[in-house]
Amino acid sequence: MTLLQNEASDVVMTPDNIRTRKLPVAYNIGIAVAALAIAAAIVFPTGIGNWVLVVVLGVVFYLIGLQVIAGRIEGPRAARNRMWQAAIYCACVLAILPLASVVWTLVSKGVSRLDGDFFGSSMNNIGARDPNGGAYHAIIGTLEQVGIAALMAVPLGVLGAIYLVEYGKGKFAGTVRFFVDVMTGIPSIVAGLFVLSFWVLIVSPWFNNGTPQFSGFAASLALTVLMLPTIVRSTEEMLRLVPGPLREGAYALGVPKWKTIVKVVLPTALPGIVTGVMLAIARAAGETAPVLLVAGGAAAINFDPFSGGQQSLSLFVYQQAADASRYAPARAWTAALTLVALVLVLTIAAKLLARRSSLR
Amino acid sequence: MGDYPSRSENATAGDLGVTESHTRAAGLGVSPSSYEEPPFGGGGALPKKKRFSMESGFRGLSVGAGAMVLVIIVAIAVFLISKAVPAISADKENFLTFKQWFPNETEPRFGILALAFGTVLTSVIALLVAVPIALGIALFLSHYAPKRLATPLGFVIDLLAAVPSVVFGLWGRDVFMEPVRNFSEWLNKYFSWIPIFGGDGPFGRSVLLGSLVLAIMVLPIVTSLSREVFLQTPGMNEEAALALGATKWEMIRTAVLPYGKPGVIASVMLGLGRALGETIALALTLGVVFNISFNVIENGGNSIAANIANAFGEANETGRGALIASGLVLFAITLVVNMAARAIIYRRREFRDSAA
Repeated sequence: MTLLQNEASDVVMTPDNIRTRKLPVAYNIGIAVAALAIAAAIVFPTGIGNWVLVVVLGVVFYLIGLQVIAGRIEGPRAARNRMWQAAIYCACVLAILPLASVVWTLVSKGVSRLDGDFFGSSMNNIGARDPNGGAYHAIIGTLEQVGIAALMAVPLGVLGAIYLVEYGKGKFAGTVRFFVDVMTGIPSIVAGLFVLSFWVLIVSPWFNNGTPQFSGFAASLALTVLMLPTIVRSTEEMLRLVPGPLREGAYALGVPKWKTIVKVVLPTALPGIVTGVMLAIARAAGETAPVLLVAGGAAAINFDPFSGGQQSLSLFVYQQAADASRYAPARAWTAALTLVALVLVLTIAAKLLARRSSLR
Repeated sequence: MGDYPSRSENATAGDLGVTESHTRAAGLGVSPSSYEEPPFGGGGALPKKKRFSMESGFRGLSVGAGAMVLVIIVAIAVFLISKAVPAISADKENFLTFKQWFPNETEPRFGILALAFGTVLTSVIALLVAVPIALGIALFLSHYAPKRLATPLGFVIDLLAAVPSVVFGLWGRDVFMEPVRNFSEWLNKYFSWIPIFGGDGPFGRSVLLGSLVLAIMVLPIVTSLSREVFLQTPGMNEEAALALGATKWEMIRTAVLPYGKPGVIASVMLGLGRALGETIALALTLGVVFNISFNVIENGGNSIAANIANAFGEANETGRGALIASGLVLFAITLVVNMAARAIIYRRREFRDSAA
């Protein structure tokens, strides 16, 4: 401090002159107001657009004005910093708008049919002029299909993850891991086509006197294909977080490897595994494309997933959206609201569980 | 996800999550019968390996489950090919270059060209719109937002990734179509000299609508993966840049973005994979026209997946085979994109665990 005072003893060091100059907040607001005013002055008299164009042009003018004026006061580097910060905030706002619109539409349009009839009846014998009709059969279908899919995918996925973490070494394990990741990206419609060509067209005729049969179980198979990689990946991550000393302690006590895995590793990682499974189930419950191809989509209540077409909530939304009846959109939106509620409850529960897990 | 301490720290925390089963007597798994024969040497004291034990059974089960993944991937290719080949051989036109889709007639004529073009066009436009915005949000969440805002906002973004595509499709058709139609008419009025905004209408159910809906759906995926990668930037690099006098943006440009580049590329390609395979949202929003046109605002557009959903209802046996053949093309495209993305991620091991 004495060095500074010696070099320029006549200059009093204050916070104002040892820091670079800052753009006052008032200038910032002023630039924004001026930008909007200029945009309005350009757009409205010439009649080339409405308020949306004013806002868009205003943002562009604001970014340019900020760059110029902040560049005068703070220097070009700080000005560029400000401009990018403003652009990043704009991106955030821009993304929130459609998402808020989706949520608002879901709620405002979805509540119109949120009544007992919707959850208590099916679409059996509902014509184009009937305002009632419900999604009971679709809810049954979704629960059964997703439940069966989970019964198949969870053991397979957890065992696959155990292989990758505990046993897998060398090239084969690397290949499996790579293809698990690749399988995550398989489009759902391709999974549906696979089950269509494998189960519906080739296997199901054996049980059904030679004619192909759509069924809820076929949808479960397709959902299994989609859930499997997700479950393997999330379980693998959780198993890797289990501390090594836990395993070594068990081995040191003479516990065989399989028992160490079942009694020590799995219970430790259980909350994380459950989280991953619930996220996979939530994703599978919302899938439409595979169900559309293989489940058949019946209008009546069908509790048997192994014979006859079955409905599912997402497919119900799609079918009602394509229906010409003037009561169909209300049914579609209410079913969409139900579906989103189901998926979000599962997802939020999974995330809360993940937060409580001791490993994360 | 990015906040937990590194593996090496975790590995030493031995008392984490010890369950009740540890308090039991050890050695339950070694059956006493294996000690019956008195050993001659020191090594013989170890239990004899049985021909079949729980150990080998469990191991076999888990290896089988791991191999199941490979079996499924191969089975997908095999069964799709087995159903696609008869349909393609019945095709009177060239499957790869014909633009129309009439597989249900007595002389089936169909081709993938227009569909494949529409798939790529919608996906690319969706990514062009979504990626800059998604990266902006990811940077906002990782470096600009205060933690109190970043955590719930990140949570909301993760929730949005879980919203079913049929909901976005329904929203796009019932709500979003109107503003997009107005916007298209405005574009057409002032920019019709640009070919992609030309045409005489009608507007609305266009490539633009489908792409924008697709962009909204891809946004959460790209955002959450890029945020993970940005959060993993070593604090040392950021602090070094700041200490050298860099502004916040310069710090991001010199420290965060180069470090996150492979992860961002991978997340974009994963988003591309999702966009290419998206079915229902596009089936509800595209105008279903079989042609190759860069005009993005006129009614039209189609994609492989949307065509499968739309045409499946009235398809006969050859029609199904044709749809399966188009699905095979889609499978091949997404497989290539995904494998490329994964290869990029694997080259940087540190991203592998977060970019699921």
